[in-house]
Amino acid sequence: MEKRRETTAEDILQTAKALRWEIGGNIHEKLVEAIYTDAAQIADRTVTRQGVRPHFDLDHSIDHLVTSRIWGFPILLLLFTLVFWITISGANVPSRIIGSFLIDTIYPALSDGAANIGLPWWLSGLLIDGMYLATAWVFSVMLPPMAIFFPLFTLLEDFGYLPRVAFNLDKIFKKCGAHGKQALSMMMGFGCNAAGVIATRIIDSPRERLIAIITNNFALCNGRWPTQILIATIFIGTLVPTHLAGLISALSVVSIALLGVMLTFIVSWFLSKTWLKGEVSTFSLELPPYRPPRILQTIYTSIIDRTIFVLWRAVIFALPAGAVIWLSTNVHVGGLSIAQHLINFLDPIGLLLGLNGVILLAYIVAIPANEIVIPTVLMLTVMVAGLQGIGAGAGVMFELESAIGTLDILNAGGWTLLTAVNLMLFSLIHNPCSTTIYTIYKETGSWKWTIVATLLPLGLGFTTTYLVAQIWRAVAFVL
Amino acid sequence: MTSEAHKSHSPVCDSCPVHHAANLLKLGVNMTDWDFVVALAGNPNTGKSTVFNALTGLRQHTGNWPGKTVTRAEGGFDFGGHRYKLVDLPGTYSLLATTMDEEIARNFILFGRPDVTVAVVDATRLERNLNLVLQVLEITDRVVICLNLMDEAQRHGLQIDHRRLARDLGVPVVPTIARYGEGLDQLLQAITDIATGFSVSKPHRIQHLTPALQRAVSQLTAQIESHYPRLPNARWVALRLLDGDQRIAQAIQRGELSTLSSGTEDQPVVDRSL
Repeated sequence: MEKRRETTAEDILQTAKALRWEIGGNIHEKLVEAIYTDAAQIADRTVTRQGVRPHFDLDHSIDHLVTSRIWGFPILLLLFTLVFWITISGANVPSRIIGSFLIDTIYPALSDGAANIGLPWWLSGLLIDGMYLATAWVFSVMLPPMAIFFPLFTLLEDFGYLPRVAFNLDKIFKKCGAHGKQALSMMMGFGCNAAGVIATRIIDSPRERLIAIITNNFALCNGRWPTQILIATIFIGTLVPTHLAGLISALSVVSIALLGVMLTFIVSWFLSKTWLKGEVSTFSLELPPYRPPRILQTIYTSIIDRTIFVLWRAVIFALPAGAVIWLSTNVHVGGLSIAQHLINFLDPIGLLLGLNGVILLAYIVAIPANEIVIPTVLMLTVMVAGLQGIGAGAGVMFELESAIGTLDILNAGGWTLLTAVNLMLFSLIHNPCSTTIYTIYKETGSWKWTIVATLLPLGLGFTTTYLVAQIWRAVAFVL
Repeated sequence: MTSEAHKSHSPVCDSCPVHHAANLLKLGVNMTDWDFVVALAGNPNTGKSTVFNALTGLRQHTGNWPGKTVTRAEGGFDFGGHRYKLVDLPGTYSLLATTMDEEIARNFILFGRPDVTVAVVDATRLERNLNLVLQVLEITDRVVICLNLMDEAQRHGLQIDHRRLARDLGVPVVPTIARYGEGLDQLLQAITDIATGFSVSKPHRIQHLTPALQRAVSQLTAQIESHYPRLPNARWVALRLLDGDQRIAQAIQRGELSTLSSGTEDQPVVDRSL
């Protein structure tokens, strides 16, 4: 029986082959043509256009403007600057309120409470100075900017602007030897790199898909936007008069994001000229219609999907990280805490890169989630850089009333403008988070490319920060 | 249907058998023991994910751009006493399987054999969307057309005779505005009718083939039908073989089509080619 079925299956294939020869020509084209003709006929019978075309086609006029050669990029810059300006100026006050509540009110209350019920010092240290404080910082530093930024970004997406950006970038990607659809996966990467890596499935050619996967990390993700926004606010915003602070901070975040886009182009071009040579495929990108954003719904879903999601991820990683940080600063080996040993070890490398040991250690702790870089940096700085007051429940009490309070902590940790600039650069250019690395492995199925995608940005980050530090110091020396 | 008709419904509507919103139980990701599998197919950016979210109560991220859904998303709902598993397929312009997402969508409709395939169609771009619909209709006759974005069609001054469309395509057509939940009751009813076999469709077949191609298709279809008597889409298989579709040729060699035609309830082999 089995045998018989196999011969008949073979028969069918033989007949098909013979018929293909008999018909000749391009059968695929004939088939597609038949489908198109049928579709046109049915559509023609069922669709009628009422009267004259509506007064004037708004969609087309907008498209004409936002995808124009001259205005496309200035409009892009303007919109993104506006989004960050609203985020930065809007987040200031709520950040201050949450910070002063969680850290200046609740934190001492918890410490006192723990002392009153006679909790052993190590337990209260682990729970309150470690886990609670790390989480409190996640909330006060990250929640307000995220609650403003993500809904705004989602509104732009819902309205239909992002595909226009992709359309503007498409030509450049092709010039770099990459697939135009990479513009779309990069846009997804601005939300989450793991999602961006999965989104590269829309690219059919494996060569171009690999390029898109490796460079997706240069799109600033949800977890890194808050770092950029905070550092820009407290270091760069404070350099200029107050009324310009918001605008200048916003512009510096936009420049970092643009630098990421430029690196995407440069690295794509480099890869397509070296290891991943090949033909560029063409495709057609459909510009979706503009849809009036459903503002309330968008705000609701973006807060649930993005803000709460990122915050939750940060909290999940901040709790154990807080415990680990507290332990590493309180367990002493040979007179120094473990954290201090590590920082002492990393400091020379960090200083060479214009960063410091605390930042490098924070990036190691934050491999699972970029979200906790800033909370980790703050905790390590407070606990290690001689600011023991905040952790010991006695002595100096920190006034974390505003972003400036954070600035005080960081200044005490020996930060300079160079540290801030290089942290922003390093936050853009370093290895992907572990979730993204795992996704890259799953998507490529290759350790080799996973390692390339992990180490290439890290190496590039070291090089960039090193060069910036050297040039910065040389210039400072001359001046 | 004009949008006034379903924007404000009178009390009479509530007693109408079509008005079943209260019967819809969103099951989210709880999809155990489903009675029917429903696939959502359609061009990119026609609102498949919006329909998916509205029916399952899930919040799969929807975005106004093509190519957002690259994997299959699954969810469940309960309607009129039946449990449904809903599968959101990636948006494609065609099922000729030249790209990975087209292949995912095609393989699911062919090998996954959903009980109902809902083709979500952008009413403002009917002609282009029909290219995909006609291909779906060749693979399966258990199809419901969800004529979505009716509000935008109206904004563009387009009037669509959905009854004529249903007659031409030979399957139910339901106008909807999924973003605002309009028409979903009727959509659910149409899905149920097809799933339970209450309504039987007579789908459109691709007509404008050249005479030579037409003859070849008939000859090959006859041969396929004689070997797989219960295969529902022999003509489509013939068309694919004539087009030189390697995956379908492979399916014939491996005997996957005989599993399809025997009607056993095997697990879908969707992911075999991924």
